Amino acid sequence: MKTFGGPVLFLDRSDINTDEIIPAKYLTEITKEDLKPYILEDLKLPGFDPKGPKTRNARVIVSRANFGCGSSREHAPWVFEVNGITAVIGESFARIFRQNMFNCGMAAIELPKADLDLIFSHAQDDDAAVNIDIEGGKLTMSGGGKEKTFNFEISPFDKALVLAGGWVDYADQKY
Amino acid sequence: MGKTTAEKIFEAHLVDEPFPGTKVLRLDVVLCHEITTPIAIDDLIRRNKDRVFDVSKIKAVIDHVTPSKDTKTATQAKILRDWARRHGIKDFFDVGANGVCHALFPERGFIRPGNTVIMGDSHTCTHGAFGAFAAGIGTTDLEVGILKGVCAFRQPKTIRFNINGQLPAGVYAKDVILHIIGQIGVNGATDRVMEFHGPAIDAMSMESRMTLCNMAIEAGGTSGICMPDMTTVEYLWPFIQNEFASKEAALAEYSKWVADADAEYEKVIEIDTATLQPTVTFGYKPDQVKTISEIAGTPVDQIYLGSCTNGRIEDLRIAAQILKGHKLASTVRGILSPATPKVYQEALKEGLIDIFMEAGFCVTNPTCGACLGMSNGVLAEGEVCASTTNRNFMGRMGKGGMVHLMSPATAAATAIEGKIADPRKYL
Repeated sequence: MKTFGGPVLFLDRSDINTDEIIPAKYLTEITKEDLKPYILEDLKLPGFDPKGPKTRNARVIVSRANFGCGSSREHAPWVFEVNGITAVIGESFARIFRQNMFNCGMAAIELPKADLDLIFSHAQDDDAAVNIDIEGGKLTMSGGGKEKTFNFEISPFDKALVLAGGWVDYADQKY
Repeated sequence: MGKTTAEKIFEAHLVDEPFPGTKVLRLDVVLCHEITTPIAIDDLIRRNKDRVFDVSKIKAVIDHVTPSKDTKTATQAKILRDWARRHGIKDFFDVGANGVCHALFPERGFIRPGNTVIMGDSHTCTHGAFGAFAAGIGTTDLEVGILKGVCAFRQPKTIRFNINGQLPAGVYAKDVILHIIGQIGVNGATDRVMEFHGPAIDAMSMESRMTLCNMAIEAGGTSGICMPDMTTVEYLWPFIQNEFASKEAALAEYSKWVADADAEYEKVIEIDTATLQPTVTFGYKPDQVKTISEIAGTPVDQIYLGSCTNGRIEDLRIAAQILKGHKLASTVRGILSPATPKVYQEALKEGLIDIFMEAGFCVTNPTCGACLGMSNGVLAEGEVCASTTNRNFMGRMGKGGMVHLMSPATAAATAIEGKIADPRKYL
């Protein structure tokens, strides 16, 4: 099972699409590792630098509603994975992106807007970090000398995929 | 209590419910292309599981970048080609026979009412036009689909759209779906099926229904679905005439997938067609739409006609009718990519290609190409494209480029004027 948690990259906008996460022109790469330099290359947000240290060090992304909309490309979760990011927290996710995350044994965690607002209050903290307990269904946000724990729910199926390390082995054994 | 079309299909294909709310379905059709399939193939080889669940149910095409433009795209094509040969997948479409997947596969009669269909491509929802449940999925779901012929879904709720009345002149399926997305937003149908009903849908061709269902994903929808009817039977007849004694018999069989009158919907949305106008996107999200009168006059650099949304013969006929006798404005360039070889050949026979070429269009081979900024019409930084495609995301057709989505009619009128124009004055 993958580990979940660490420094946070805040992306404060709804509807971040998979073209912004990994532009289509890089879909010709044959290995996941080759995607690594192109993470979030086309995302334009004030103060955001896809090549900056915050992106490089991140282990968790925190964003808003409808994260991962658009193309079905699993290259979006893969480009996160090869950059060490194994969890995305948001108000909601596009269906295909969310399933792709769990199918790869990674986590897409939904929280209510009020909780996200509290988490986003750490956006300027240099030491902002999230610790995620998948089995316990809770995560702890820390930074700037403060800490707060939030409860979340993921479906039993998605939890089983995370624990199994993905859908291929699970399905091959069962069907 | 009655059932929606998706509920009927889920019930008929249910293999397992490993956890409450998760349904594992048996798949009737698994579609593959060269962008999302090769990594699944590689992974299956790595796991020592290079098998396919049923060669007759797997269809594959090279369509996103074709003919290959460089070593990387040639390698992707080769992986798919070698795999198809290795497993004896006879419905594999290579250079010469290939076209945009969501136009090519229906044209070959592969999708039938009541089917479950997946593909590693978000616009797979297109195939719901046949009364099927068709959903885009990622590479891992595709891999499992290829290996085991199953896919897991959350049981989606259904939103019903009643498209009342008939479409006014100059208003097409594209305008209807852009209007709907503008109304409900880019996540207005996430984890939902969008079921389309009403006289305007009944009157639509299969091509128009495919345009409508194609963009369900732009509202977050899992699948668009239209009810199978005699139009569906007529379209499929060349492929099913040996299966049924008559068209009426086929219709009777397919009608079992029509949603029940007392089916339960999460929401019912009424659309009055009399209020619809040609509709165009303006920002970087497909729900940012304006009516033609609000946006006419916006200058563009390129016109693009094609894609899984609007590259079918009906689309070319509509655009050609407007373009006939006109030239492209001197400030714009035009690109036409007929979606399949059959569409291309029909357009040639009907004299449509002459009309486009005389207007000054470049006619390319069938490919997804420019729609996602891969090839054959990529934009430069700051350029603007009037496009019949489905996504206006920032940089979608080229880094720093801007896309206005519209119908083929509006694109044709825009080609003539060099700025976004109302097609109705050319009808």
